[in-house]
Amino acid sequence: MIDLLIHVALLLLFPPLMLGVINKTKAWFAGRVGPPVLQTYYDLAKLVRKGMVISDTTTWVFRMGPVVTLATVLLAGLLIPFGRSGAPISFAGDLILFAYLFGLARFCTTTAALDTGSAFEGMGSAREVTFACLSEPALFFAFLVLAKASGSLTLTRMLHGPAGGFPMSAVAPLVCVGIGLFVVLLAETCRIPVDDPNTHLELTMIHEVMVLDHSGPLLGVILYAASLKMFVLGAVLMHVLVPFEAGAAWMGWPLFVLEMMGLAVAIGVVESMMARLQMRHVPYLLVAATLFCGFGFILMVR
Amino acid sequence: MLSLWLVLGAIGLLCLSGLPACLLSFRSAMGQRLAVSLVVLGSLLGLGGVAAAYGEATPPTLHVPWFLPWGEFAVTLDSLSMVFLLPVFVVPALGAIYGLGYWKQAEHPDNGRRLGLFFGLLAGSMALVVIARDGVLFLMAWEAMALAAYFAATVEERDPEVRRAGWVYLIATHVGTLCLIAMFALWRNATGSLALSSGVAMSPAVGGTLFVLALIGFGFKAGLMPLHVWLPGAHANAPSHVSAVMSGVMLKMGVYGIVRMTALLPAPEAWWGGVLLGVGACTGIAGIAFAIGQQDIKRLLAYSSVENIGIIAMGLGLALLGRSQGRPDWVVLGLGSALLHVWNHACFKSLLFLIAGAVIHATGTREMDRLGGLAKRMPRAAILFVVGAVAICALPPLNGFVSEWLLYIGLFRTLDRGGGGASGALAAAAMASVGLALIGALAVACFVKLFGTVFLGAPRSDAVRHAHDPHAAMILPMIALALGCVGLGVLPMLAVGLLERAAGTWAAVPAGGMGAMSLAELAPLNWICYMGLGLLALLGVLMLVQKALSRGRALGKAGTWDCGYARPTARMQYTGSSLGQMLVGLFAFVTWPRRQEPQIAGPLATKSRFQSIMPDTVLDRLVIPVFDLAGLYLPRLRVLQQGQTQIYVLYILVTVIFLFLLGVLGAQP
Repeated sequence: MIDLLIHVALLLLFPPLMLGVINKTKAWFAGRVGPPVLQTYYDLAKLVRKGMVISDTTTWVFRMGPVVTLATVLLAGLLIPFGRSGAPISFAGDLILFAYLFGLARFCTTTAALDTGSAFEGMGSAREVTFACLSEPALFFAFLVLAKASGSLTLTRMLHGPAGGFPMSAVAPLVCVGIGLFVVLLAETCRIPVDDPNTHLELTMIHEVMVLDHSGPLLGVILYAASLKMFVLGAVLMHVLVPFEAGAAWMGWPLFVLEMMGLAVAIGVVESMMARLQMRHVPYLLVAATLFCGFGFILMVR
Repeated sequence: MLSLWLVLGAIGLLCLSGLPACLLSFRSAMGQRLAVSLVVLGSLLGLGGVAAAYGEATPPTLHVPWFLPWGEFAVTLDSLSMVFLLPVFVVPALGAIYGLGYWKQAEHPDNGRRLGLFFGLLAGSMALVVIARDGVLFLMAWEAMALAAYFAATVEERDPEVRRAGWVYLIATHVGTLCLIAMFALWRNATGSLALSSGVAMSPAVGGTLFVLALIGFGFKAGLMPLHVWLPGAHANAPSHVSAVMSGVMLKMGVYGIVRMTALLPAPEAWWGGVLLGVGACTGIAGIAFAIGQQDIKRLLAYSSVENIGIIAMGLGLALLGRSQGRPDWVVLGLGSALLHVWNHACFKSLLFLIAGAVIHATGTREMDRLGGLAKRMPRAAILFVVGAVAICALPPLNGFVSEWLLYIGLFRTLDRGGGGASGALAAAAMASVGLALIGALAVACFVKLFGTVFLGAPRSDAVRHAHDPHAAMILPMIALALGCVGLGVLPMLAVGLLERAAGTWAAVPAGGMGAMSLAELAPLNWICYMGLGLLALLGVLMLVQKALSRGRALGKAGTWDCGYARPTARMQYTGSSLGQMLVGLFAFVTWPRRQEPQIAGPLATKSRFQSIMPDTVLDRLVIPVFDLAGLYLPRLRVLQQGQTQIYVLYILVTVIFLFLLGVLGAQP
């Protein structure tokens, strides 16, 4: 019961902090002070209190988009184990539901963007659905490796490994999958080198350009859902990268929080060291991620 | 036994439903209403028959000797037939009601009666195909179905494009039937009779040949790549409720054929499942890749049907693989997902075709790049379209997700192969799940493009100006189909009983004999139900919160953000073609799109044109050139083809006498 409460509390409260850590890391690299670590919370609080401006062109689809996205990401967050306790909801085949919930979010985000009738938001939608086609195979190769290594079809067992930990033969495939999943994480959460959350040129954006017309509470929902998505996908990645467990059972929670902080710093470092790729080069990166995960699969079943 | 008589009565009513109208005036609304009520009555009768058969312990069977020298009138109503009868009795009835608003006889005096006649005949012959248990009876029903579909789809034959699509369909379906005739001849040779009954013995080589013939013959009807050539044209040019029946139900007759033949053939080998899995994955990916490049709403939907047939074939392939490897769990999951997807596709694809028809009816164009902003003018159609699109993209909580989820679980279970075995082949089977994931992501792209271009944004042309929601006769069938999508998605447990029985029939084991392998045990369907309801509840709560948050707030209205450009126009929106452009580029190695781009010359823009079209790779680049070549050299044979019926009868007689002599002389020694 306590584990469940901690899980839900972490899921609801922690994600905006990750954005703060990323921005702090980037500021540190650039030699700036940067915004406070809690800035995202302040932004959310401000947005929720504001009014909204809505385009005449739009319909109910525009308002549904952010809400559906938030609902799906929350549900997906309940399917993933955090720390060492199991996920609150776990059943055979939940991994498919997990992946397809993000599909539903994508459908609603992109249609909400198209509802405005803006060419920029059309571009964002086109990029979002195209790049997802390239990252989805990588995710499923990763699932295949995890299912094979753990002999299970529930996310909790797949990510925690079989009783007694992953076998030695699974280490090399897991490393490959870890690399691939990190790229998928960067792409799905729209970070450099795929997308730049701070850019100011509508032509070059993916995620930010789709939400140009959202404002006030709806924009807050989008921002919050985006941080949740990063948190949930990040939890998957950290389970793959740190597949072993140590210490007492309660140690799982602080370790998990530390892992997620570490991931945020790592994303910040990548964002500071790299430039955004040209849009036409993004597919190569995603195909490379798929190849890494596919290579891991071949290693696993050879 | 009553159940079988009910179904036979339903078939009779359906087949004859269009006749009374032919006696009435060609503008008579009465005649159309009569035909529709007969179709609905027949379908209700048939559904009652299926429900009664579900309660019977042994499948009811009827054998009546008849006038033909071969075979007999043999029909059986087993669980596999029941699975396929349900869409046959549901979709055409809804389509007929839709036709009351969409194809009013008073507005189409020259072809309304013809459409009614062949629409009913199509539905009735499909039902007969599904219960026939004799090769000759099956072929007769099959041919009646193929021809009825031809005459129903080509009612607007004044349009040359319709005639061309009709020809392609007619040729394709007859090439397929030719394979089926060869298959039944071989079947009779191997088993000694034309009766389609299981428990026969044959050599693996004969079994394999029969399987390949069935795959090709039925593959033409189902639309497996590269045999799908007839499908986009025929679906695009038929009246929309005929497209709905063709896509939602008639393609499934091809699937039924493959299911039935693989059930009858003893001892499938591993390569059968492998071939079907591979063909299914390729069909799925190529089908949806072609769909993304289309600009015609109905062609896009037709290619998406090809994709869904690919998914069904993958499920069948998994089940065959399970039977050859002795794995009941793969059988149950694979066949369960394939049959459930048959129902699901019948629901959402028919729904989407009916809405597409309403859009075309309201705007007069099938070009999606001329539409836009219809969600404001046709709000009900837009909501129903979202249901269909979410379902067809296999997204939770609707029905498409359930069948693909079963297939994923089955494919993932091939990872666990117990004691070694053919590891490479089975790893390939597991990799099919990656293909399925790719199909899923592409489907989202495709339907975001379709929905976004047609219903969202601002109108791109004047065609949209007078659009409005269709009236009740058209919208009620759509609502029924949408409820089917939601119902099968949220309460999939209801379907399990029939699916498990069908899997048992298919694998030729008695009910409950699959060991401990029940579908609900392998795949926790009740969890899917809870998660679906949970998602809907969460959505509802969040919507309420959002409503509460925006109450009393300043709500500004403005134009869409346009970067400060002073004179935005609707033509500056992203079009459907531009939305799909990147994906079309990525899949250009399959789809070979053709583009004509203007050359930029000089500093000032001049008037120029841009065109991009996506011809069907197989039809336009392979089949038609070959036929054109044949057309160059074969006219010499025209001396044989005089266009006089007497001469053709003479040919038939000569051939029969020749064959008779051959048989007599061959039997001598």
